[in-house]
Formats: sequence, C-alpha cells, structure tokens
Amino acid sequence: MSLLEIRNLKKHFPVGEGWFSRGKGAVKAVDGVDLTIEEGETLGLVGESGCGKSTLGRTILRLIEPTSGEINFLGKNLLSLSQRDLRTARRDMQIIFQDPYASLNPRMRVGDIVGEGLEIHKLAKGKAKRDRVMELLHQVGLRDDHYDRYPHEFSGGQRQRIGIARALAVNPKFIVCDEPVSSLDVSIQAQIINLLQELQEKLRLTYLFISHDLRVVEHISHRVAIMYLGKVVEIAKSDTIYRDAKHPYTRALLSAVPIPDMSKKKERVVLEGDVPSPVNPPPGCTFHPRCAYREAACSQTVPPLEFSADGHGVSCHVFGPGKRP
Amino acid sequence: MASTSTTTLDQATAAADSGGLWADVWSRFKHNPIALTGFYVVCVFVFMALFADFIANDKPYYTQYKGQSHFPILRSYLVDLKLAKWPAELLNVDYKKLDGATSIFPPIPFRPSNISLLEPLEPPSARHWFGTDKLGRDVMAGMVHGSRVSLSIGFVAVGIAVVIGVVLGGIAGYFGGWVDLVISRLFEIMLSIPTFFLLITIAALLPPSIFLTMFIIGATSWVGIARFTRNEFLKIRNLDYVTAAIALGVTDRKVMFKHILPNALAPVIVSVVLGVAGAILVESSLSFLGIGVPAELVTWGSILHEASTTTYAWWLAVFPGFAIFITVLAYYLVGEGLREVLDPRLRGLR
Repeated sequence: MSLLEIRNLKKHFPVGEGWFSRGKGAVKAVDGVDLTIEEGETLGLVGESGCGKSTLGRTILRLIEPTSGEINFLGKNLLSLSQRDLRTARRDMQIIFQDPYASLNPRMRVGDIVGEGLEIHKLAKGKAKRDRVMELLHQVGLRDDHYDRYPHEFSGGQRQRIGIARALAVNPKFIVCDEPVSSLDVSIQAQIINLLQELQEKLRLTYLFISHDLRVVEHISHRVAIMYLGKVVEIAKSDTIYRDAKHPYTRALLSAVPIPDMSKKKERVVLEGDVPSPVNPPPGCTFHPRCAYREAACSQTVPPLEFSADGHGVSCHVFGPGKRP
Repeated sequence: MASTSTTTLDQATAAADSGGLWADVWSRFKHNPIALTGFYVVCVFVFMALFADFIANDKPYYTQYKGQSHFPILRSYLVDLKLAKWPAELLNVDYKKLDGATSIFPPIPFRPSNISLLEPLEPPSARHWFGTDKLGRDVMAGMVHGSRVSLSIGFVAVGIAVVIGVVLGGIAGYFGGWVDLVISRLFEIMLSIPTFFLLITIAALLPPSIFLTMFIIGATSWVGIARFTRNEFLKIRNLDYVTAAIALGVTDRKVMFKHILPNALAPVIVSVVLGVAGAILVESSLSFLGIGVPAELVTWGSILHEASTTTYAWWLAVFPGFAIFITVLAYYLVGEGLREVLDPRLRGLR
C-alpha cells in the first residue's frame, strides 16, 4: 500500500465575499488531482506560480480544507477525521515552508519552537525534551547554544534549518516541502537540499517536494509531477521527465531551464499567451490555447491522465501514451 | 530580492539588541521628545496617585509628642491593615492643634475629607494653594487624592475592555467566516449605542459606585480594541509560523494565545493607552454631571461639578480642568508615540 493516495482532490476558493456574491464562481486552485506517493520516495511537484501546487500541498495536510476528494494517508482517510483525531494524526505529516522569515514565531526561542511538537504530542518533557531538541539541532547542523536564541538572530539558511528541526521533532513519516529553498541563495540551496536528502536516508522520510525550479527538483526527486492550472498534466520518474517529456507544457518548462554547458544547443519552446484565469479555465484541455500542437479534440474534452506500462502518466490528446511518439 | 535586503537589516537589529521587541521599542521611543514628555507626565501622575497619602495628608510624617516619636501616616496604614492600634493619646486627634508636639507635615497638610466650614470658597493662598471648595475642603488635596480615582478608573475600565476586546476580536480574526461576520456585526451594534447616554441611564437607575462606573466604561469601550485585535489576528493567522503550529497539532486556543496574541499586541497597546485617556475623560464627565461616583468621593470631575454652581470660584474650574487636560494629553502623546514606534511601516522589522 502506498503511504499517500489522493483521489480527485479539489479545492475551489469562492470568489468574492459576502452575502450577495455567492455562486459567482470559484478559483479552481486544485481541480481534480490524483496522486500516489510511496514510502521513502520524493515526489517533485513543479509548476508555474499560481498553478495550485502550494494549495495542493497544504490541502493534503488539511491545513486548507479541500472542497472534495479523498486523501488516504497510512490507510486512513484524512478527510473523515475529527479535528481531535486530525491533531493526533498530524504527528506523521509535517511541512517545511518557503519563507524562513515568516515561518518562525519571532517571539519564541529556538528551543521552544523546535520543542513545541514534543510537548503537544507528549513525546518528551523537561530534561528529556531539552536533550531531544539539542539532538535535533545537531541533526540539522545547528549548535547547542542556538537553543536559547530568538529567530531574528539567524540567517535565512539557519532559519530554514530550524524549520526543518521543528518538522522533524515529532518523527513524521511524510513532509511537504513547500518551496523550501526558493528564497535562499544558491550556495545555501545546495546545503539545504543535501540536508533534506541526508535526513531522508537516515529517517526514511517521504517528501512531497514543491518547487518551480526544475533543476532543484531533478536533483532531489525520484518522481516528478507537473501541474498546470490545478491539474497534474504529466507525472513520471525523474529521469524520464528530463529525457522523454511528453506533454507540450512540460517540454516548454524544460526548455526554459538554463543549461550551463554552452556546447549543448537546445531547442527553445516559447509559450504564447499567459496562464488563463483559474476562475474560468478554458474548456477541454486547459493548456490548449497556448499549445502549438492542439487538435480539434483539445478544446472539447478534458484529456484524462493516462499511464503507460512504466508508470509515465500524461494528460494529453496528442502526446498521451499510445498516441504520437 | 526582498529577502536579501531583510537579511542585512535583520542582522543589524540582531546585533543591536537581543532583548527583543520591547528594548527596541524603548530605544526608539526615547528619541521622541514629545512622547517622552507625555510619558514622564504620566509617571508623575502615577506617582501622585500611589503616594497620595504622603503628599496630601492631615497627619504628619513624624511627630514627637510627650517625649515619644510617632510616624502617624505609616501607622495609619498599619491600623487599616489591623496590624496596629492608635495609642490612646493619638486617637482621632488633630495633629495641628496638638499642644507640645513637634510634627513634620506633608507639603499639603490636608485630606480631601477635612471639612472646614469657617473657610469656604477661599481663593488660592499660601495656606490653600489651589483654594477651597464650598465646604472649606482643600482643592489641591482633593486633586491629589482624586488622581487615584482617575487612574484606577482608567486602568480598570481599560482592563475590562482589553479582556472583552482581545477575546472577541481574536475569535473573529482567527476563525473568520461566519464567526467573524457575526462578531463584526456585534462591533457595529456596539458602536451605534451612544455610550454616554447608556452610562447616564444606568447611573440614574443604580446607586452611584466607582466599580459600576469602571465596569460600564469598560463594557462599552472595547470595540476599538476588538477591531484592532481582529485585524491583527486576521493578518497573522495566515503567516507560516501559525500554519506550522497548526500543522504540529497545536490546539486553536494555544495557537491564538501563544502564537498570535504576543505578535498582535503592538496596536492593542496603543489603543489601550488611548483608551485610558478616554476612560478618564468619561469619568470626569460623569462626575461633572454629578453621577457616576459617590458624592463623598472627591474626583477631578466632582470638583469641576462644584465650579458649575459657583461660577466666580475660578480655582474650582481651572485647576482640575487643567489636570484633566494635561493627563489626557499626556496619555495621547504616549499613545501616538507608541503608535509611531510600533508601526511596522516605520519600523525596520521585528
């Protein structure tokens, strides 16, 4: 059984507030996503900003209540849990944030930030708690004397380490990494990525790694899912995506990744137009207005996410499995 | 990139102080001379209220009588606490008329309760610096002791308002949705009630009491605090560290009070300081109208009330009126100064 199974997950944010604007429509941030994540793997989730990847990550953890769908985590349907049971279940699933400046409470000491989870779930108290927090700090590359300091005394990279230690404190099985390195310097990005990989091996963690940067995802992920306008359009093993992308959108994304090797000449796919509004997505395949290969069917029916034998899923009428090579 | 610039700023603040926000606030508040003046004036009034018995009292600090030393003011505290008794020769004596006693009196050797019918409505003189009222009571002594009423009404009323305001505002901002909708409508209903007339009505129906006055002022003046709290909670609730706490499984109540409230206090504190000024004004107005606090309690407003019937006794109007003006102004200056210091747009960052 997979660690996490998501079926037809939807999150629609109603547009406009108040009594009179009901039924005006909704931002379809997550619009029918199916995903499975196996234990110990890292699933990269890539897409442009505003495509719903962060919303998906938070909806999986029920930090945002989904509109509909099913989330099976460790064999339990998360959406059927009461608030109380959900709080208990949160031990197994944690999140690491993008902005290390907003993710730590400025009024709490590092030791209390990291130790809070231990207290909540009654994992350790007093001296044992202090020891465990110290151990966690060491694990993420911080020192003992950081225990009594406040977040503003740390750099961005160090803060991100504190955020990781906080997530690890409760021994989670699954961590949503919501663009954990996007706001860091490139040199520090590598450190944090390596730390995350190290921790994964040591603690058998499972990651959902959200990013808009394909290079970062390539490095850390076992499989990669590409999201466009609230839907997963392509999902495959990491090397398959980079070698043999099928969906025109994935190919456009890949062609935008700069390659430091000057001798490699690459074909550049430039997308026309902007991302359509998620309030009113185009009919059929949501990507069709920007697609160079569109056919008649593309504006009519939504292409299902179809899988080939090796687990490469594509949602495209033209390049889907068993269609054009 | 935004985060790079905050990094340097952040490290600069980090180097400057590790005492957190309040050390930082004070260091910048210090550089605002107007607000600092207001702060010192408030301190003087607080000092006056706390030590009113040592500033204006008909008992001496020290008296030597029949070869024995006494400390009557200190002893009066002990007697009030039932820890001591007055010696027979000093029970209910007028120290000023005590034969053969050498006494050191406070600068104002009267209590507001010292009625002296022989010297009613005396203008300011060396004996009565701020004059006397109809019953010959010393106005300055009344004002010194009256500052206790102003101060305690200000703080207790605002304390009540803070509890109601922070809880309701916090709930509205944290839970949002229909909870917010209902509570926000409640704010609007409260705002549309004319507080002062409500106070007058209640004061007319119930016997005058200082606690009732405190309670009514508090129970009607929380809307401003509640709105500030709601807005802050609404903002902070969506920050990542709150999401992180929820993701850890922290209960709603703990998220509200441990993670959000300490970070939402800044604007609340400003409205608290301004609220104290408002409460002092309301109490003075009520006393001026002759309702609110019991008649035997001398307050700034009740001295003003007397001035309204004896218009030629200017000292009854000018001194307490000026005291109210100065106190309220001082609180406003402190409030404004704090607002400037705490405003995140004027602040580097926390």
